[in-house]
Amino acid sequence: MALLLFLALALVALLAAVGMVTSRNAVHSALFMLVNFAVYAIFYIMLNAQFLGVVQVIVYAGAIVVLFLFVVMLIGGEIGAVRSSLRRYTYAAALILGALFVAMIGLGIAQTISTDQTVAGAPAAGGVEAIGMALFTTYLLPFELASLLLLAGMVGGVARRYKALDED
Amino acid sequence: MEILIISIIKSLALIVILLTGFAYLTYYERKLLARFHVRLGPNRAGPRGLLQPIADAVKAIFKEEIVPDHVDKPVYLLAPALALIPALVAFAVIPVAPAMTLFGRTIDFAVADINVALLYVVAITSVGTYGVILGGWSSNNNYSLLGALRTASQMISYELPLGILLAAIVLSTNIGREMGTLSLHEIVLQDRPWWLWLWLWLAFPVFFIGVLAESNRSPFDLPETENELIAGFQIEYGGIKFALFFMAEYIHMITGSALMATLFFGGWRGPFVVPGTWHGALIGFGWLFIKILALLFLFIWVRASVPRVRYDQLLHFCWKFLTPLSIAYLVITAVIVVFAG
Amino acid sequence: MVLDYLPLLILFIIAAGFAAIAIILPTVLGPRNPNKMKQEPIESGMIPFMQAWRRFPVQYYMVAMLFIIFDIEVIFFYPWAVVLGKLKLFGLIEMAIFLGILLIGYFYVWRKGAFEWQ
Repeated sequence: MALLLFLALALVALLAAVGMVTSRNAVHSALFMLVNFAVYAIFYIMLNAQFLGVVQVIVYAGAIVVLFLFVVMLIGGEIGAVRSSLRRYTYAAALILGALFVAMIGLGIAQTISTDQTVAGAPAAGGVEAIGMALFTTYLLPFELASLLLLAGMVGGVARRYKALDED
Repeated sequence: MEILIISIIKSLALIVILLTGFAYLTYYERKLLARFHVRLGPNRAGPRGLLQPIADAVKAIFKEEIVPDHVDKPVYLLAPALALIPALVAFAVIPVAPAMTLFGRTIDFAVADINVALLYVVAITSVGTYGVILGGWSSNNNYSLLGALRTASQMISYELPLGILLAAIVLSTNIGREMGTLSLHEIVLQDRPWWLWLWLWLAFPVFFIGVLAESNRSPFDLPETENELIAGFQIEYGGIKFALFFMAEYIHMITGSALMATLFFGGWRGPFVVPGTWHGALIGFGWLFIKILALLFLFIWVRASVPRVRYDQLLHFCWKFLTPLSIAYLVITAVIVVFAG
Repeated sequence: MVLDYLPLLILFIIAAGFAAIAIILPTVLGPRNPNKMKQEPIESGMIPFMQAWRRFPVQYYMVAMLFIIFDIEVIFFYPWAVVLGKLKLFGLIEMAIFLGILLIGYFYVWRKGAFEWQ
């Protein structure tokens, strides 16, 4: 039952990914990506990581794809018109990055099989209490550093915008 | 297998109740607005106009479907669905009555009782923006695109103070317990000391303003602004597709009211409710229903009394007033929890 | 635990089915007399002279970007809010540092005028 559900959803995620890459229209691409993210959220929940599942929806589906859509709307209709001089390099870059990606995934799978880690099935491991306790005791430093990262993003974005305004 | 059947029955029941609720909410609103304007309101279809919503539904279904040439067709057709689906599923985690025992089995009056219920509602609301953005974009009309961008900015901005206040409410569930909870079932059942109720009610006006803006209701109905954007993102929609956007907005109002009733006013709790019995479930549902009706009255009262805000005022109000205010509320709640809890 | 979420998936499927029927059914039931005027964009009687798909002010983008950052910050509040009863003062100080750093950014953004709408 769970396996069947997983396979069906995996197929949806895969098709959405293919659709996203092949779509000519940037808004359609963003929509396919949204489907992809939604399926990941279900996967998280199936792995007993409920908190991550809803956070996946809130942050990725609810905020990041919205930002993408805004960007697409802001630059208007000129998307998809990649300058032809860059075309040659994109194929080479895609090949290299694709190979790296496959190697990475393969390594990950090999490691998991050899060490026999079973992530799923641990009760309440992904519940919000467990994550809270881990985040605010064991992983305290990364948590505080995350605030610096967010600060950098905020200041950087705003400063860049006003610099651009000054140059105009 | 059994869980499948129960889920299907509950889901169908929820959808039917929400749709009926939507239909009669439009009637409730039109009648009330008429009272505020010293008019009669709908009074022709059926006794006291009670069949008006049904007449409207039939009209919407049998209207000509126009899909203009200049739209992006797949997205144009998808957008009303993307607006409606989040509205229909958000209610699922709100308990509408105490659980009762019948023929030796416990019946729970919510589609799902999950441990991250509160975050589920936040997540579904955050996805609700898509119907608006995509509807406006795919229409390929100057007014609708502008309306969509405005609405999307408004909805995401007001998610922040709402999210922060919800976190403060989660904080308050630590009081009298070992740990806090995100489950709405547990939040309803929790006994709060009287001073905590008072402190929570202090946040209610801010939360209510946030919900008004989040569901695009007056005075934050900037998406519509008929005098400058001529109905905004919905402009190229007609017939049932327009009705679906309308439906989504009204069901969001119902869900928002139910959520506020649950968080601030004890949900189904009230006098004469004996949990576990059939009459307890019935009276409990009655209490929640009355609380929702009262909150919906507040929505309509505001619409009849307050003029629409300007767009720059709307964003200033959110980023410079509501957000810092709710952060301050969160901090004070945290101090209370640590030192008094 | 995972089974608790199954009803939500079913509800989602039923809701999607309802939305699909609601969109498809009237195309079968309703009349159909298309003409050229009905197919044009509505511009309050003016003749449309340009596509709507064009560039838009960067201000909207700023709102979306700031929203993402604050949204991630709010996400961190929830697990903290759940366990604060256990962490007590320690948790309060932790969040004070986290929030303090972000408030610096908030006031910087405010001073820079990113919240002003032109």
